[in-house]
Amino acid sequence: MTVDIVPSEVNFRSNYDRRKLATNIFMGVAFFATIFGLFFLGLLLYDVFTKGLPYFNWRFVTTFPSRNPTDAGILSALVGSIWLMFLIPIFAFPLGIGAAIYMEEYADRDLWRNRILEINISNLAGVPSIIYGLLGLELYVRLLEPLTKGRTLLAGALTLATLVLPVVIISSREAIRAVPRDIREAAYAVGCTRWQAIWYHVLPMAFAGILTGTILALSRAIGETAPLITLGALTFIAFLPPWPVTTTVNEEGVVIVEKVSAGLGSFIEALQTPFTALPIQIFNWASRPQAEFHAVSAAGIIVLLLLLVAMNSVAISLRAQFQQRK
Amino acid sequence: MTASTDPNFAAYEAQRFRSKWMNLIMRNLTWAFAYFSIIITVGITLILVAESFFFFDKLAKEGVSWTQIFTETEWTPLFSSPRFGVIVIIMGTLMTTVIAMIVALPVGLMSAIFLSEYAPPKLRAVLKPILEILAGVPTVVYGFFALLVITPILQRIIPGGDSVVAGLNGLSAGFVMGIMIIPLVASLSEDAIYAVPNLLREGSYALGATKFETTVSVVIPSALSGIVSAFILAVSRGVGETMIVSLAAGQSPILNFNPLDSVMTITAFIVQVSLGDTPTQSLAFYTIFFAGFVLFLMTLILNILADWFVRRYRLMY
Repeated sequence: MTVDIVPSEVNFRSNYDRRKLATNIFMGVAFFATIFGLFFLGLLLYDVFTKGLPYFNWRFVTTFPSRNPTDAGILSALVGSIWLMFLIPIFAFPLGIGAAIYMEEYADRDLWRNRILEINISNLAGVPSIIYGLLGLELYVRLLEPLTKGRTLLAGALTLATLVLPVVIISSREAIRAVPRDIREAAYAVGCTRWQAIWYHVLPMAFAGILTGTILALSRAIGETAPLITLGALTFIAFLPPWPVTTTVNEEGVVIVEKVSAGLGSFIEALQTPFTALPIQIFNWASRPQAEFHAVSAAGIIVLLLLLVAMNSVAISLRAQFQQRK
Repeated sequence: MTASTDPNFAAYEAQRFRSKWMNLIMRNLTWAFAYFSIIITVGITLILVAESFFFFDKLAKEGVSWTQIFTETEWTPLFSSPRFGVIVIIMGTLMTTVIAMIVALPVGLMSAIFLSEYAPPKLRAVLKPILEILAGVPTVVYGFFALLVITPILQRIIPGGDSVVAGLNGLSAGFVMGIMIIPLVASLSEDAIYAVPNLLREGSYALGATKFETTVSVVIPSALSGIVSAFILAVSRGVGETMIVSLAAGQSPILNFNPLDSVMTITAFIVQVSLGDTPTQSLAFYTIFFAGFVLFLMTLILNILADWFVRRYRLMY
């Protein structure tokens, strides 16, 4: 018995070409979506540099802000940001890395209170930065006033340290988790206590990862504006914290060093001085109506971006160095 | 008992004793550090709740009914006859966030699909770090960009120009916020897409599906819980974003649904009050904590929702 089979070209019409076309169109759209963000990044950088470069010079970096846009400088904001850059790690890194060590090495993860700890930290990472500003205003500026003396460098650094703490914890935990289990077991096998295993074996191996994550967190803190504004940091500051040098400004607006004072007393005094930081100064200039100040603001953005690039390059080179040693 | 009199053994025991104590001390110290984060959460909650309580207390003392918070359509806490229609700043926040999501969600998801499914490894190695730079740019820089670059462009391309597009408007702030959020959506979605096992894709190819059909009908549905959670986190980020909206979106105290006009968000209001000389313990001072409390609740709910989504609908392979 024979069956008549109709030739397949009639029965089955392949629409492969159309389906292939759909794939290519989709891929094109996806590619343009990826380029979309990059296009605006390019536009942003182009605009900032064309506006800001005429104002970006040595005088701009070494003078104080002024009512006159051509005289305006960014010294106090730059010094303020550099102070924050060194103060934030003092508070945030030991706390954050310590917490990460506890959660990865000591904590029994099945206990309900340690699970709450994890949920708590991931939630804290999602709290808007301005809320940390409100926390800082109430806790560090008002409640701890005897210690911080109000809206000062110390209060600002504590607020930003609180802000980055969850990020530092999360990234340190990831770095510690990446250390193989065998390392710990081998250390226990030769009689190490848990702490000895952590201190002599786990931490050195996780160090590069911890450092990279924490420096990235720090660069986020340096760019934060909202919490410092909520805290009430000033925008017009024409003096520097009196450590390690005390400065004055002469008639021409040039900053001169008056005396060197690197003692502990003047350090604490410096912590308790009012401050400003790069993002606040940029915000202040950008929100003024005059177009000249917008250009000054762009020059400030160049300084901020250079600072961030420098921090990130440190992170990248440190990581490269430690990876080689391993 | 020769062992206990052996000086080497005594030294060993002393050292062992020290090691054990060191371990115990560090265990407790790191424990305290870890639980410090709980104190931060409790501190934030306590401060916001307490100050909001003072806000309502002050409101009652000034003879303002607390129900007007929900019925009023103006938000002018700094005026001499203040009005507290919190719906104004909530709607302002939602409007800029919705605009941002219209930009960030499709573009972020498509970028994630391109990077994980289509991009050749070399191109991916170039594009991914550049996309991460976009996430590292400080928000105040984006605010500058929205105010001084995007708004003038909008005024040029939208018919009507200056008379239709206000110098401070929700559209440019929302749009730039969207660009800022693209990397967040892209990297979280990419993680979810990356976690889909290759076996599923290969099974789909074996049935004759093209790459596009595989992406749309196999990969995305499998990664859906992660993608949705990325979207919710993006909304939460948009709601809490401060600098872009306070520079570019303006401070309109009335209910406004026109994205080309000025709008006030919760965060922009807090910045506005903080920049002025508001005496502590005045009504305006407590208002920023009340606004902060509303913001905190909104983001907390969104973050919990995102977490729940990823747990509830995660597919196990």
